[in-house]
Amino acid sequence: MASVNPKGSTTTAAPAEEPEVITTPTGSAELLAGSVGEYVRIQGRRIRSGESGALPVVIGLVAIVIFFQAKNSLFLSAGNLVNLMAQSSFIITLGMAEIFVLLLGDIDLAAGFTAACGAVGALWMMALNDPWWAAVLVALAGTALYGAMQGIIVARLRLPSFVVTLAGQLFLSGLLIYLIDQTGSIGVGGVIQLHNNIINNIAGGWLSPTATWIVLLIIVGLAGLAMFYSDYRRRRAGLVAPPLSITLLKIAAVIVAGVVVVLVANTNRGRLITVEGMPWVVLVVLAILFVWTVLLGRTRFGRYIYAIGGNAEAARRAGINIVRTRTLAFMLCGLTAGMTGIIYASYLGSISSNVNGGQNVLNAVAAAVIGGTSLFGADYGSGAGAHRRGSRTSR
Amino acid sequence: MTSWTRTVTGDDGARPAAAGAASSDAVGQAPLLQLRGIGKSFGPVRALTDIDLDVPAGQVTALVGDNGAGKSTLIKTISGIWEPSQGQLIWQGRTVHFRTPRDANAVGIATVYQDLALSDNLDIVQNMLLGHEVLSRTGLLDEISMEKTAKRILQDLRVTTVRNIRQPVGSLSGGQRQAVAVAKAVMLDARLVIMDEPTAALGVSQTALVLDLIERLATRGIAVLVISHNLTDVFRVADRIAVLYLGRLVTVGPLPTSTRRRQSTG
Repeated sequence: MASVNPKGSTTTAAPAEEPEVITTPTGSAELLAGSVGEYVRIQGRRIRSGESGALPVVIGLVAIVIFFQAKNSLFLSAGNLVNLMAQSSFIITLGMAEIFVLLLGDIDLAAGFTAACGAVGALWMMALNDPWWAAVLVALAGTALYGAMQGIIVARLRLPSFVVTLAGQLFLSGLLIYLIDQTGSIGVGGVIQLHNNIINNIAGGWLSPTATWIVLLIIVGLAGLAMFYSDYRRRRAGLVAPPLSITLLKIAAVIVAGVVVVLVANTNRGRLITVEGMPWVVLVVLAILFVWTVLLGRTRFGRYIYAIGGNAEAARRAGINIVRTRTLAFMLCGLTAGMTGIIYASYLGSISSNVNGGQNVLNAVAAAVIGGTSLFGADYGSGAGAHRRGSRTSR
Repeated sequence: MTSWTRTVTGDDGARPAAAGAASSDAVGQAPLLQLRGIGKSFGPVRALTDIDLDVPAGQVTALVGDNGAGKSTLIKTISGIWEPSQGQLIWQGRTVHFRTPRDANAVGIATVYQDLALSDNLDIVQNMLLGHEVLSRTGLLDEISMEKTAKRILQDLRVTTVRNIRQPVGSLSGGQRQAVAVAKAVMLDARLVIMDEPTAALGVSQTALVLDLIERLATRGIAVLVISHNLTDVFRVADRIAVLYLGRLVTVGPLPTSTRRRQSTG
């Protein structure tokens, strides 16, 4: 039967079994370990054998922090850290957009300019006094449609995504200039301003410290409950599950991380006035991250994306509609790029035709890849990567 | 009716007589799949000529022949990739036409190709249920029930060497991957499982695992059609053997009992 030795030992006991001695057990370490000590041992063994996972990224991040803190002691100040969070926010979301197509083994080089064009559309509508939510919806619909169009070309015509999206990048960079021009007096000098307080507050505004604590409580509480409940259900169903000690440790780690972030955000970082509390943009990005993670990891559609990236032929034989899944993935990439554009516009207060869509895309792809997404399809995990990318670009 | 025991690991008992087990031709009941006068041409090239073959349920039929004899072509004709140029396929006593592999799958024919069609980055459970995922009430994937199903199938097939069904398929050995591919077919309620060179790239112990698996399929009443050019494996596991040469069926019939390993029980 498919069983796991609960002690996590690596040699098979019965001589009648196939002598398949795998010295580094594969699969999730927390499912193999019987205790915290065992978990640490398994991870240690893996790291020594080369499977280091996210460790190099974390070490790199720590090294960068130490280096810049040594150069300028203001690096680890509350103000700078919160600033970093806001700055890396749009790289994180653009990276999230790219992940949809990277998992398939494709790429979207136009995403940076898709974001900018979507933002211009939204800013134009807001300047004409349309309600902000209508402007945002129109912008997102437009970018999603554009993404779907790229997806159809790639999926149906079987053209390489690199070429198609590179053409898209060139096209959209021109469209950006044209659009800003078309706005007449609104977009003067190639720049279109943001004239809406609500959108402006995404990057520029923040919650009160009390509200920040409440939000933390809610998020950490829900996350802890979800982790506990899912492990509990596995144990009750008789499936292999992490031991209780590891579950509690995970929950504790989330609590500690959350508290640290809130303490940093609640420290006064203003010079002339008191500025304390979590910027809205962090919550917006977390919400987007959460929804897309659930989509990729817990739905049939997300599973199919991974399957096509791993072995498109196997996916086809399993009856998966490759063209439709691919098109949808590109559409989601465009949609998320649109969200990025709004966040970017909020951060800058405007969109100019000088926006470096090409560089932004490369940063976003780098963020996704550093975080664990392969450039050749499959794998996932870009939060850590984007933060590292963000802290470098802030210098 | 001679009783025999298998020397392949794990099983120590005579295989129960499934429908039409002991005698070569079906007694009373028609064989699950019958090929009558099957021929296949690609332009001027005659790949298959006048094939008459019975594939009974609960037995392992081996298809042997040298390269180019037409084994793969015959398999593809049965599994719906190609339509025969002549002759008919009779499934459970009724003539059938398969226009696509989907039609063949629908009646219960599952083919495990040499490349196995597995996604290396997904784990065993995800691969086994690819395309047939179970959703919970919220519309999300019901991981627990899918894992239980996969575990049960692997247990039924006595696949004991897989240590963690949540490990990525890319990290499994060849025999274990073969087992996952076969388990996938079984899960879809296949009545006939066709396997194309299942032991071609496997080592000794992995081959034993796969042959054991083939036997268990037959014990469950599933018809198994195995292409192999390894006669040792064929003699270990097959009940019937069909020999193809240059597109023609040279001989077909039950394996002579003298070539099977025999062991007294107890």
